[in-house]
Amino acid sequence: MAMIENRRKRNLTAMTLVAPFVIVFAVFFFYPTIRMVQLSFTNAPLIGAGEWVGLDNYIRLASDRLFKTSVWNNAYFILLTVAPTTMIALAIALMINRLKGGMQAFVMVLFFLPYVLPVSVVTQIWAWMLDFQYGVLQPVLAALTGKPVAVFKDPDWVMPVIAAITIWWTTGFNVLLFIAGLRNVPAELYEASALDGASQFQQFTRVTWPLIWPVTALVLTLQLILQLKIFDQIYLLSGGGPFNSSYVLLMQVYREAFQLNHGGYSSAIATVLFVLIAVVSVLQFQLLRIGRSRQ
Amino acid sequence: MNTRRLESAIVTGFTIIVALIWVFPLYWALVTSLRSENRVVSRPGLLPDEFNIGNYADALFNTQLLTWYVNSVGTAVIVTVVVILISMMCAYALSQINFPGRRLLYLVVLASFMIPSQALVVTQFILMDQFRLINTWGGIILPQLIVPVTIIVYKQFFDSVPREMREAAVLDGGGDYAILFKLFLPLNWGITTALAIVTFIGVWNAFFWPFLVITSEDMMTIPVGITQVNDAFGLAYARLMSVALLAALPVVLAYLIFQRRVTEAVMISSGVKG
Repeated sequence: MAMIENRRKRNLTAMTLVAPFVIVFAVFFFYPTIRMVQLSFTNAPLIGAGEWVGLDNYIRLASDRLFKTSVWNNAYFILLTVAPTTMIALAIALMINRLKGGMQAFVMVLFFLPYVLPVSVVTQIWAWMLDFQYGVLQPVLAALTGKPVAVFKDPDWVMPVIAAITIWWTTGFNVLLFIAGLRNVPAELYEASALDGASQFQQFTRVTWPLIWPVTALVLTLQLILQLKIFDQIYLLSGGGPFNSSYVLLMQVYREAFQLNHGGYSSAIATVLFVLIAVVSVLQFQLLRIGRSRQ
Repeated sequence: MNTRRLESAIVTGFTIIVALIWVFPLYWALVTSLRSENRVVSRPGLLPDEFNIGNYADALFNTQLLTWYVNSVGTAVIVTVVVILISMMCAYALSQINFPGRRLLYLVVLASFMIPSQALVVTQFILMDQFRLINTWGGIILPQLIVPVTIIVYKQFFDSVPREMREAAVLDGGGDYAILFKLFLPLNWGITTALAIVTFIGVWNAFFWPFLVITSEDMMTIPVGITQVNDAFGLAYARLMSVALLAALPVVLAYLIFQRRVTEAVMISSGVKG
């Protein structure tokens, strides 16, 4: 009897312990998710009720040229950032990993520092460095192209430049992950391969690379998810322009909802983005599980 | 042997040069912030030549920076404390109590990992409007309270606390709350500070949600507010860089002081180090 009493009491305690998470999750995540899908089948404005319109919003999406542009730009941005930041981070991690003690910590701080900055600080610093008239980088651009470039007003330059700024901002995070991965490679493996006469390049391709592949996969998928959600830097630096050449999905969600007052249509775009990210996240989760079970 | 050493020195030198180029934007922001506006637009050299702290005074007293500081510190501290508490409690139950629905809840936590909150902003905004929380701290705070990864990390750490320690505490008549706060929390103080610091940095830097839920200038947080300075004063780069550096100062300091904790938290939360 006392056992049952005790068990009940513990279950009750457990409920109070998990209640805050469950409530916050239900109200601010689960409910908004359901509402988003619901709204995507209506013509509701941002605030207020709408009518059920079935699949109209999705049908409209299929022929929305701005939506196509956004999807394409999102893909372009991913192409410009995901693989490059992964390779740059790996290269930096390899360079840092061979340093020792205080020097290693110091260099690590220099590479990680940009990552802790708020996005608007990052964009303001770079907007200043790339200022058309007075930017410290304009002489460099002039040397490369023959004349100064208004990078955020040029359809060809805007995406690569924002991608480069994003890489500068976030690479430190990926460097940390690679360093953790490199530390897990047993030193004996290097010694053994050195005795076998392997060159440094062979050591990298035969020893390091296979062992840090799980970290590489993690970095690639984390970046992919992150860059699917790109908004802040683009909004702050180019506002999606010029001529929509840096317009992306989340920006369309924002404009449709908050500037054009199309809650329903905006929700349809958000739902597409949601599904896209969820699919990639599930893939990532599976990938990591495979990676871990191998270790 | 000597060529090996030379090679090594060259690679080290190269690494340092790349690192210095990497922080150049921060250096340049600092140098600019210490110059007068006239000097800034006169194509000056790369080395610091003026030490004019007037821009900082200007930034602090002629913009709403101090108000935004208060909003940022207030919301970031509240979110951090609440996130740590919620996560710790939930993780403790998941790790130590065999209650009905435990497996389902764990699946929910894992699934919430995959929910992109950015896609939910429209309906979260509508919800906040219904709660009358637009332009309030509550509006900034509430949707930021779910950080599933802290639950997962805590659960991992709580799982590795020896069974005997808990059983001894139960025999001493301690309830679960007492065990959590008097035994598990002190045992996991290291990871708690690490998680708290990265949560704080993350919330301080949050842009998209505060940008949507706040429209009135005196309720803005730092990252949103500083974009207004630009609009209000046109291009005054020395002042702008002072504002930017002051905005970044708290997180930069938090990182520099707790550098090893931040590194640890990043590695552990991404699962590359257990």
